[in-house]
Amino acid sequence: MSIKKIHKEQPETFKFNDKSMEAANKIVSNYPDGKQQSAVMALLYIAQRQNDNWIPLKAMKYIAKFLDMPYIKVYEVATFYSMYNLSPVGKYFFQVCTTTPCMLRGAYDLVKVCKNKISEKENVLSDDGKISWMEVECLGACVNAPMMQVNEDYYEDLNDKKMEEIIETIYQNKIPKPGSYSGRISTEPVNNRKTLLGNKNA
Amino acid sequence: MLKDEDRIFQNLYNDSGADIESAKLRNDWNGTKEILEKGREWIINEVKSSELRGRGGAGFPTGLKWSFAPKEIGSRPHYLVINADESEPGTCKDRDILRFEPHKLIEGCLIASYAVNAHKCYIYIRGEYFNEGQKLQTAIDEAYKNNLIGKNALNSGWDLDIYIHYGAGAYICGEETALLESLEGKKGQPRLKPPFPALIGLYGCPTIINNVETVAAVPTILRRGAKWFSSLGRPKNTGTKIYCISGNVNNPCNVEEEMGVPLKELIETHAGGVVGGWDNLKAVIPGGSSMPMLPKEICDNMKMDFDACVENKTGLGTAGIVVINNDQDIIKCMARIARFYKHESCGQCTPCREGSGWMWRMLERMAAGEATPDEVDMLFDVTKQIEGHTICAFGEGSSWPVQGLIRHFKDEILERNKFDPVVKKNKNIPYLVDQHLLEKENA
Repeated sequence: MSIKKIHKEQPETFKFNDKSMEAANKIVSNYPDGKQQSAVMALLYIAQRQNDNWIPLKAMKYIAKFLDMPYIKVYEVATFYSMYNLSPVGKYFFQVCTTTPCMLRGAYDLVKVCKNKISEKENVLSDDGKISWMEVECLGACVNAPMMQVNEDYYEDLNDKKMEEIIETIYQNKIPKPGSYSGRISTEPVNNRKTLLGNKNA
Repeated sequence: MLKDEDRIFQNLYNDSGADIESAKLRNDWNGTKEILEKGREWIINEVKSSELRGRGGAGFPTGLKWSFAPKEIGSRPHYLVINADESEPGTCKDRDILRFEPHKLIEGCLIASYAVNAHKCYIYIRGEYFNEGQKLQTAIDEAYKNNLIGKNALNSGWDLDIYIHYGAGAYICGEETALLESLEGKKGQPRLKPPFPALIGLYGCPTIINNVETVAAVPTILRRGAKWFSSLGRPKNTGTKIYCISGNVNNPCNVEEEMGVPLKELIETHAGGVVGGWDNLKAVIPGGSSMPMLPKEICDNMKMDFDACVENKTGLGTAGIVVINNDQDIIKCMARIARFYKHESCGQCTPCREGSGWMWRMLERMAAGEATPDEVDMLFDVTKQIEGHTICAFGEGSSWPVQGLIRHFKDEILERNKFDPVVKKNKNIPYLVDQHLLEKENA
């Protein structure tokens, strides 16, 4: 349960566009009749994607109406879960994992790079307004530590140099390649693989 | 070392692709219809006699769990829910199954839902695994197209629909009742048990909840026989398990090994050894962050299965092995884990909500050497006040690692923390100090 700030400047209106509407209707149909409230998490996520990666209060009201549920219940959900951003974030939203398995392999070096290259404080936009960063809890790629998530993609096996390169690439309007930066495609041991070699060579 | 042909997850490293054609080459969907035709009783008994235990952390026997589902569908439908909300620090095994072996999971869903009479299956994936979820969705679409699931799946007469539900970054939703709350579109706060979800679960209907790895292992067990599975490992701790080895090792990796494999073999053979050599090892967290850590002396001869871990006052949990070597500050490491629990506590029960913050702040002070020696015992007392006084097991999960630290590294904490708040010298003290504290007779 994390503390979240609601953004001060809220838009006047919010409405699903056609694409979001289609996705929302499809998700509501996944659940039994009368249990459409189950779709609230997915709908908040759709709203977040539509609205530049953050959820305004109007969107919560809209979703409450859409699903025929009390507004406060939507508000509860939006403030409970940490992946809903209630104030604007950068177009490239860096989430650096610093929980112990990543910390052991130098996650705080990545945080240092973020402080130098993006902004001194968490959740503050970089000078050109493209990137913002924050420390997050375990993202579930501990074997590929240290790692971070940028929007939906994982960047794994990083170090401070590679982190700098990634940030530079974004500043040059290019999208860096997601995945592991140590040359592996998955969670196999680098240079030391002893299992399933038959499949590898097949 | 386990023989390659005995490994269940042949595509753990994505050597051959996750699509249905490659999956079929790996024997997925082979004879699934025949397995279903043998009937519910047979499936449940076979899983029971394989002694498969849940891979999500608690290690509950899977066959037994399935047998709790009502035998006939009553007025309420049954549900199967797959727990893919993998958030335990140190664990990343389900991610590989979702992205590289999705068909094993889907086949497992079909068999499991047939065994527990469910026509609907929800897979709850943590929100961060968006790309993995997309890969699973592709596999589900392939399965629908080939009539492997859906209406009259495999012409067996059984209907099954599988839906993916994304979480949104709450660790607590890995707890089964919190997961159900979240699936119903509420805050993920655990429910009281009993009633257990097997009778009153999702939407108040009978619900069976299993971990990804458990369900994905079932088809292979049924194909190769319970005897094969139970011949691996030792009684009550049978089969294979994906171990995730992270932290200060040379080659962090996921690897599938037999249950009861020595911890040293896992680290030395597969993960390339501890950074700085085995003698540089300080401690190991054997089963994800909520299990108490073990010092090197125990790690030397430790076997990795459920019962061996319990004998050493820890737990296998999710088998996320975090290796910590002597270059690290162990108190700081645990303070960071305590911060994780403080962040992730759902806030429902007071001991956990408040206690997790206390533990974090005390550990931070201990890491900085600003605590008094008495506080170590006080911290242990706080952990005991949390443990067992909460609705779900999060209380245990947050207090056990701290207990493990105090159990094995108390001397180190005491050595660093010698701060004494009481002023002992009673001469040359500025008048601002409360004078009555100085007069021992009055104290």
